[in-house]
Amino acid sequence: MNAPATKNFRTDKFDFWSFFFSGLTGLATLFIIGILAVILGNIVWNGWTGISWHFVSTIPTKDFFDVKTTGVLPMIVGTAFRVIVMTIFVIPVGVITAIYLTEYASNTSIITRIIRAAVNNLAGVPSIVFGLFGLGFFINFVGKNMDAVLHNTSAVWGQPALIWASLTLAVMTLPVVIVATEESLKAIPPGLREASLALGATKLETILKIVLPQALPGIMTGGILAVSRAAGEVAPILFTGVAYYMASLPSHLSDQFMDLGYHVFVLSTQSPNIEQTRPILYATVLVLLMLTFALNIVAILIRARVRKKLRAMH
Amino acid sequence: MTDTLMPKLSVNANDPGAVAGSPFIEIENLSLYYGASKALKNISLNLDEKVVTAFIGPSGCGKSTLLRCLNRMNDLIDGVRIEGSMKIGGYNINAKDVDVIELRKRVGMVFQKSNPFPKSIYENVAYGLRLHGVKAKSDLDARIEQSLQGAALWDEVKDRLHTSALGLSGGQQQRLCIARAIAIRPEIILMDEPASALDPIATARIEDLILELKKEFTIVIVTHNMQQAARISDRTAFFYIGELVEFGPTVKIFTNPAQKRTEDYVSGRFG
Repeated sequence: MNAPATKNFRTDKFDFWSFFFSGLTGLATLFIIGILAVILGNIVWNGWTGISWHFVSTIPTKDFFDVKTTGVLPMIVGTAFRVIVMTIFVIPVGVITAIYLTEYASNTSIITRIIRAAVNNLAGVPSIVFGLFGLGFFINFVGKNMDAVLHNTSAVWGQPALIWASLTLAVMTLPVVIVATEESLKAIPPGLREASLALGATKLETILKIVLPQALPGIMTGGILAVSRAAGEVAPILFTGVAYYMASLPSHLSDQFMDLGYHVFVLSTQSPNIEQTRPILYATVLVLLMLTFALNIVAILIRARVRKKLRAMH
Repeated sequence: MTDTLMPKLSVNANDPGAVAGSPFIEIENLSLYYGASKALKNISLNLDEKVVTAFIGPSGCGKSTLLRCLNRMNDLIDGVRIEGSMKIGGYNINAKDVDVIELRKRVGMVFQKSNPFPKSIYENVAYGLRLHGVKAKSDLDARIEQSLQGAALWDEVKDRLHTSALGLSGGQQQRLCIARAIAIRPEIILMDEPASALDPIATARIEDLILELKKEFTIVIVTHNMQQAARISDRTAFFYIGELVEFGPTVKIFTNPAQKRTEDYVSGRFG
C-alpha cells in the first residue's frame, strides 16, 4: 500500500448540518440562560434597594402596603416552617415507600403496578387540587375528628393550620422523593446486596447497613428537589393554612401562618396603591428567592458532607 | 445469633441425621426451574469434606445455578422452583424450616466480581462478625487479623486497615472478600469464578490460597478456566445444558474422561 506521504486527514469540506445543529443546541442553551438572567436580573435590580435589616426583621403591625411600616419576618418564618415540617414528613414516608417498591415488592405484581401508577399520577396532579384535597381530607376529616375526639369546644385542629399546609405539601412532593430514592436504590450494585446476604445478613440488616447508607446522597437529592418545589408553591396552602395577616409569629402546629409566596400575591392584587407597593413587592420576591436558595444550600452542604463521609468510608 | 434450626453441618458432629463416613454434600435428583424452563436436570452428585470440587462447563450449563443452590442464593430470584433433595451433613437444606441465615453463615460465598463493601478494610471483615454477635473490640481485632492472614492479605494491609477497601487492587479486593467469608468460620466456601476478572499473578495467588484453604474448608469452585480446574481441584464435575455429564477425580476427567462430550470440552474442541 503506497499511500501518498503528504496525505493528512484534513478536509476542506464545510459540514453544514453539523454546524447547523451544534449552533442550534448552543442557541437553545443561550436562550434558557437568557430567560433566567432576565428574571433574576430584574428582581435583583429592582428588589435589592428594598431589602434592609428592618424589612426582614419586622412584624408589620399597621399597613403592610406602606414601605415605612412593612416587614416580612412572619412570612419568612412561616415559609421556612412549612417547608421544614413538610420535609420531616415527606422524607420518611417517601423513603419507606421507595424501599418497599425496590427491595420488597415483586415487579410483576398488580399491587406494585398500581402503586407505581399512583405515584406517577400524583406527580401530574395540579397543585390547586392538592390544596382542595388538603382542605377536604386533612382539615375537614382528620382535623374535625381530632377535635371531636379531644372534646375541643372550639375548632383547634379542624381549621387551616401550619401542620395541614405542610402535610398537603408533603403529599404533593411525595413522588419526587419516592422516584429519587428508587433511582438511588437501583443504582447500588446488586453484588453488594448479595455479598451481605451471603454472609448471613437478613434482608433488613442488608438494607439498613449496606443499602441505605449508600443511597443517602440520592435520597437527599430527592429532599432538595422537594424543598425547591414546595418553597414557592402557593396553591396547596391557600385553603390549608396560609393567612392574609397575622399579628404574631406562628408558635404552634395548629397556628395559621403568613407566607412569602402568598404575600407576593396579596401585594400584587390587594394593594390600594400599586406604584407605592412595587418596591415592597420586588423586595419580597427577592427574599423568597434567597430563602429558597438558602434552604437548598443547607441541604446541598449536608449532602456534600454525607458524600465525603461515604468516600472516606469510615 | 438465635438458636439454630439446623444441626452442625459437619458429618462427625452431634447430628442424628448424618452417618459418619457418608458424603458431606449429597445432591439427589435435583432439578431447578426458572419459571417453565428447566435449568438443572435431575442432578445427583456427592461431594466430600475438605476437598476442592470444580464445576466446569460452557456458559449457561447451570454450574453457577447449582453452586447457588448450596447456600440458597437462588431464593432471591423470583419464580425459581427446586425439586429433589440437597443435603449437607445429612440435613436437607431445601426443607421449609431451614434457617437460611444460619445456612449462609456455614456456607460462605465468594463471587465472580469482587464486591467489597464501600467501607474500610477492617469494617469489611467486621461486618459479618458483628452480624453474628462478635462485638468486643479485642475479639474483632483478633478475628480480623486471623482472617486476613488466612486470606494471605494481612502483610499487605496491616498498616492501612482503616482505609477504604475500594483502594485495593482487584486481586487484593478478591482476597479481602475471601477473608470476609472465612471470618465467620463457615464449613463450606462456594467460589463463583473467583479469579476470572484477575490478571495471571493475582490469579496464581488466589489459587495458592485455595490450596491452603482446603485444609480447613470444603471448597466448591465454578471456573471457566480449564487449567485452573486441573491445578487446584481434587474432583471435577462437567455440566452441559443443565445436565451433569461426568463427575470424577480431576485427573481422570482431564486425562481419561469416560464421555465423549467431556473429552471434547476439556480438550477445547467446543465450549
